[in-house]
Amino acid sequence: MSNSIRKWIFVLIVPLVVIGVIGSAGGSAGHGVALQSANVNLSDKASLQRGAKYYANYCMGCHSLKFSRYNRMAEDIGLNASNGFTDDQVTTFLKENLIFTRDENGKQVKTGSLMTTAYSAKAAEKAFGTSVPDLSLVGRSRGSDWIYSYLKSFYLDDSRPMGVNNTVFKDVGMPHVLAGLQGYQTLVHHEDKDGHHVAPTLTMSKPGTLSAAEYDVVVHDLTNFLAYVSEPAQLSRKMYGILTLLFLLVFFGFAYALSKEYWKDIH
Amino acid sequence: MAAYPRKTEATGLLGWVDERFPIVQTWKDHMSEYYAPKNFNVWYYFGVLAMLVLVIQIVSGIFLTMHYKPDTGMAFASVEYIMRDVPGGWFIRYMHSTGASAFFIVIYFHMFRGLMYGSYKGKRELVWLIGMALYLALMAEAFMGYLLPWGQMSFWGAQVIINLFNTIPVIGEGLSLFIRGDFVISDPTLNRLFAFHVAAVPLILVALVFVHIVALHTVGSNNPDGVEIKALKNEKGIPLDGIPFHPYYTVHDIPAIVVFLMAFFAVIFFMPEVGGYFLEHANFEPANPLKTPEHIAPVWYFTPFYTVLRAVTLSPFMGTLAMFGAIIMLFVLPWLDRNPIKSWRYRNTVHMLNLAIFAAVFIILGYLGVKAVTPEYKEMGVRMTEIYFLFFAVIFIHSKTDLSRYVIGFIVLAGAVVAIDFWRYNPDDAISGAQIMKQWVWPIGYLALTLLLPLVMKSCNAEKAVPERVTS
Ligand code: HEC
Ligand code: HEM
Repeated sequence: MSNSIRKWIFVLIVPLVVIGVIGSAGGSAGHGVALQSANVNLSDKASLQRGAKYYANYCMGCHSLKFSRYNRMAEDIGLNASNGFTDDQVTTFLKENLIFTRDENGKQVKTGSLMTTAYSAKAAEKAFGTSVPDLSLVGRSRGSDWIYSYLKSFYLDDSRPMGVNNTVFKDVGMPHVLAGLQGYQTLVHHEDKDGHHVAPTLTMSKPGTLSAAEYDVVVHDLTNFLAYVSEPAQLSRKMYGILTLLFLLVFFGFAYALSKEYWKDIH
Repeated sequence: MAAYPRKTEATGLLGWVDERFPIVQTWKDHMSEYYAPKNFNVWYYFGVLAMLVLVIQIVSGIFLTMHYKPDTGMAFASVEYIMRDVPGGWFIRYMHSTGASAFFIVIYFHMFRGLMYGSYKGKRELVWLIGMALYLALMAEAFMGYLLPWGQMSFWGAQVIINLFNTIPVIGEGLSLFIRGDFVISDPTLNRLFAFHVAAVPLILVALVFVHIVALHTVGSNNPDGVEIKALKNEKGIPLDGIPFHPYYTVHDIPAIVVFLMAFFAVIFFMPEVGGYFLEHANFEPANPLKTPEHIAPVWYFTPFYTVLRAVTLSPFMGTLAMFGAIIMLFVLPWLDRNPIKSWRYRNTVHMLNLAIFAAVFIILGYLGVKAVTPEYKEMGVRMTEIYFLFFAVIFIHSKTDLSRYVIGFIVLAGAVVAIDFWRYNPDDAISGAQIMKQWVWPIGYLALTLLLPLVMKSCNAEKAVPERVTS
């Protein structure tokens, strides 16, 4: 066999063996419910701003964003000079709409503060039987699709202390804080022809003030906002990436030409 | 005795230095008059890339250390501070986290190159051994670094690894206590691993890279043909197939470095988590010693060995031994492969198959290490572990190409596999029994392919004459 043929056999065997052996197993059983896609879009500043407002109104009471700062957040979601906001306007906006925490003297905290909450871990433990997690990084630990699906999957369950359960987060300790908007869903069990249980579904039993489509937008905005908070650098890093790769591409051209030039005389 | 003062042809500042330090000679020995084979191919880029990544890790690491706080109460928050509040901090951190994975990708290619071209032979055993020491130091460095962000996987991954020491009879308990500096993983553990990660191990790495290169330049580089270029020299004593490292390979390496950097920066700027493999999702949750994650998976570069650990269920200590054994086998490789031909190009086809299957098995072991254990995957882990170890026996058998050696080897090794199966078989456990009955084909098939194929296909056993001069 010639070496070039052997080389190709060599190159092909590795992936073939890997796929063949792994493929021979049935794969791991998929567990957990299927998640819905959140379609996060961080360039939609209006959505981020609505998300921040919903977050302040419905979530911030319990969940801190303790690695994030108010003013940086405002700047990033489009409340900045390039969109025609003066510093004073931003400060007023933040103080009126988003900053609810006070320092030890009872004064509203500064706009450069971290977005912590007044809720102590102890009080939370008592109220919910579990700690209330900080959500600064939930966009990375759980992922956007998970958050989006989670906020849409609360359903009535009398056996739970908060009266609700969640198909994405079983036996969750959090109340359905968006029930006023979404309303309450109930879990419906299904059986197929042979009497086997198939995945249960959720149906609306007590509608809220929003239609299903309107509620989806609210949840999308919240998810978008949390996705931003989990990694503010996302807003700029892709742009740096393109510039860096373009530079390297040009550099490669020169480096390659130089190498070719030197190697001309090697046979 | 050298003349005093030292003679030098250099003038000016260089001359001043050269009278006091052999700078001209050093440059000549390692760069402008180090004669490297002219037939290096892409596989020979990974050494210089490894050096590049080492530099990236050290530089980015120094900047991280300026802001990182090695304190269980502050570590996680200090990392997020770097990610958000330190200007350019996210870039530095992604350089470092991506660099860690890139290091292992580069090193695995670098090592596999050694296997393909027999670079551990011909007085290069020490180059290989120093390389293995580097690999061990690198694993230690990565393991300790992973604890520092103090996320859930940092904590629980370290828990799994440090508990391995617990399994050693008699001294185990004391040893793991000594490593942790406490009865549980806590502040003293974080502090000491930080000290090792930022000072001790990097020093060892740099020193080892230095001796790795000195050893290599003493014997001279191998090449894809496995031809010793120093065997044929011209009247000036320069190898006929050698070219000065500088400028030829310095200019040759630059485009390769640029290509590597393009991939590297593409990861940093477009997908720094790489789907949870370079930065694990669960590590964005702060460490919580009271909450065991449902699924503990080490970072991808450790997963092949993690699978070996999980495959050997005889006793925890045996699992640990198997895991370290898997690494130790690589140390003794130069003394197992006794075939005088270096490069796979001139070795027989079954040797080539053996190498390719080994690479595939290593990847499969890695894949299994990130998966939750099912009966099917568990048995597959056992079978792939068997092949991993059999590889070293087969490479020993392939040292000589006589067929009787292959047949005896097959009988002994296949017998060992079957004996282990009988002894593993538990009639009360129907599920794993069924898997044993199904997946025995992997190791037996592997042995048949590498040892029995030449009986039916003579051409698979044919070695070729190694040329005198390198090819293209
Ligand atoms: C009344 C207090 C309260 C409010 C208000 C609240 N939550 Fe929660 N939330 C909780 C508690 C308690 C948990 C922990 C549940 C558990 O662990 O069982 C939780 C858990 C979560 C989690 C899961 C975190 C994880 O990784 O486990 C997410 C996501 C979440 N909340 C989002 C929100 C959002 C978005 C809002 C605003 C729309 C909100 N929460 C409002 C109390 C609250
Ligand atoms: C920090 C890690 C390492 C660095 C920086 C490094 C660097 C280098 C460099 C620059 C070379 C010469 C260029 C080349 O041949 O690619 C080289 C050669 C070599 N390295 Fe490494 N190396 C490292 C780890 C290892 C490991 C883990 C092994 C294997 C166990 C290894 C084995 C070898 C061998 C056998 C050669 C000679 C190859 C030949 O001449 O064909 N190295 N190394």
